Amino acid sequence: MLGLDTLGRYVVLMKRTFTKPDNWRMFGRQLPREMVKLGVDSIGIIIIISIFMGAIMLMQTILNTESPFIPRYSNGLILRDTMLLEFASSIMSLLLAGKVGSNIASEIGTMRITEQIDALEIMGVNSANYLILPKVIGLILCMPVLVTLSVFCGLLGGLGIAVLTDMIPMADFIYGIQYAFIPYYFTYSIIKSLFFGFIIASVSSFYGYYAYGGALDVGRASTNAVVNSSIAILLMNIILTRILLT
Amino acid sequence: MIEVKNLYKSFDGEMVLKDISATFESGIINQIIGKSGSGKTVLMKSIIGLFPIDSGQILYQERNLPNMNRNELKLLHQEVGMLFQGAALFDSMTVIENVMFPLEMFSKKSKQEMIERARFCLERVNLQPDTVSPLFPSEISGGMQKRVAIARAIALNPKYLFCDEPNSGLDPVTALVIDRLIEEITQEYNITTIINTHDMNSIMEIGAHIIFIEKGTKAWEGSKEEIFTANNEALEDFVFASNLYKKIRKTQQKTKNN
Ligand SMILES: Nc1ncnc2c1ncn2[C@@H]1O[C@H](COP(=O)(O)OP(=O)(O)OP(=O)(O)O)[C@@H](O)[C@H]1O
Ligand SMILES: [Mg+2]
Repeated sequence: MLGLDTLGRYVVLMKRTFTKPDNWRMFGRQLPREMVKLGVDSIGIIIIISIFMGAIMLMQTILNTESPFIPRYSNGLILRDTMLLEFASSIMSLLLAGKVGSNIASEIGTMRITEQIDALEIMGVNSANYLILPKVIGLILCMPVLVTLSVFCGLLGGLGIAVLTDMIPMADFIYGIQYAFIPYYFTYSIIKSLFFGFIIASVSSFYGYYAYGGALDVGRASTNAVVNSSIAILLMNIILTRILLT
Repeated sequence: MIEVKNLYKSFDGEMVLKDISATFESGIINQIIGKSGSGKTVLMKSIIGLFPIDSGQILYQERNLPNMNRNELKLLHQEVGMLFQGAALFDSMTVIENVMFPLEMFSKKSKQEMIERARFCLERVNLQPDTVSPLFPSEISGGMQKRVAIARAIALNPKYLFCDEPNSGLDPVTALVIDRLIEEITQEYNITTIINTHDMNSIMEIGAHIIFIEKGTKAWEGSKEEIFTANNEALEDFVFASNLYKKIRKTQQKTKNN
């Protein structure tokens, strides 16, 4: 769990991370690499999960709201707002915490225990800044794209159900996903995802950076990274929803 | 030249280094020797400034390291090369990228000049730039990794070179090659070199100035020629731990008695 001294060390590390890079050219080279590794490489899993979750969510709402008083198009509307409000930002971020978080923590943790981080420091490089900043910025930049993609794929999954089954007429579904659309929900989702991206990259880097010992400890660091960034995301979700939606 | 004066270092209230004073001259091999756990690595990392010390002075030509701010320390580190126990090459980069890394980070050289310098350094450690350059650290042997690490350490023409057990994990022949290489480079560029080791072969081969650490204190200081006649119990235990050197001592004592 996050103890007070852990939090203190995290803040100190972030202070060292958010400084001017020693060499902008190197930073410029690192950034796109990290964006590919953290963002682009996650596209596949996000597409698959969003499509299937969109499909199943639509099926469940249809099956559980069969009533003459509820118009059928409302199922499309429910799917759209669930995707927008929670799935594409929060649930997808929890997913990324697992995939990207463990990747970051084990990469940096390995560099720590094999003294590569010491080697950077000895050369006079600010290792926190060099290693962590491109990851944090890179993931934050990728998040809006991933969120948009996730919403789109979720709706696509719903569309698949409308096309392939007779559970909901196509016209109702199309009408539903456009009905009473609140553009601010999209903004809300994007803003949340930026915070979550920051949490995933920075918390996971933190656990990797302070790994100590051997290969087993890297595994432990990466578990800690996933668990603690997930918890932080859930807490942040409550705080942001309170601030942004009420 | 590096001067250490009355250095104390503790971890969580436990003293690891007690009142260490020593002078490390340039152009010769300075060795810090001692048993496992005696504090060699901590001493080396304290001298470089990777560990904050409790008290004492560490003078790099009159500049006192504990008084340096982050920026001054950074500038000093650009004059330092270090060879880590496990080579510590960046495993996401190829051999040539590893050697070029400090150049790209801190020199104003053009790309072409950097490649030339990196190739020169690889040649200096007796590697074939054409064959090893595109390989990743995981694709070369431990001995080659150590050489690449030396090439990276000397890329920026360091004034100070630190080596933490440079020949651990190497066979005796390769270990000797690495030792000789470090000695040559030290003399050729008049570098202040400090090596941590508990390898007697290495001590007898290149130890010009030796500091023996026992339980965190400096127990003895001298040269490899003086080591057999030191009359220091802890040092003798350390030196004569292996059968080979026990035999040497016996013959020595015999000749003395005769
Ligand atoms: N980061 C640290 N935190 C706490 N104690 C440490 C730390 N690093 C080293 N020590 C302690 O300092 C003592 C000296 O360790 P050090 O690594 O310097 O030994 P060494 O002489 O280099 O041994 P070896 O030959 O095995 O490398 C040990 O008792 C060790 O437990
Ligand atoms: Mg050691």
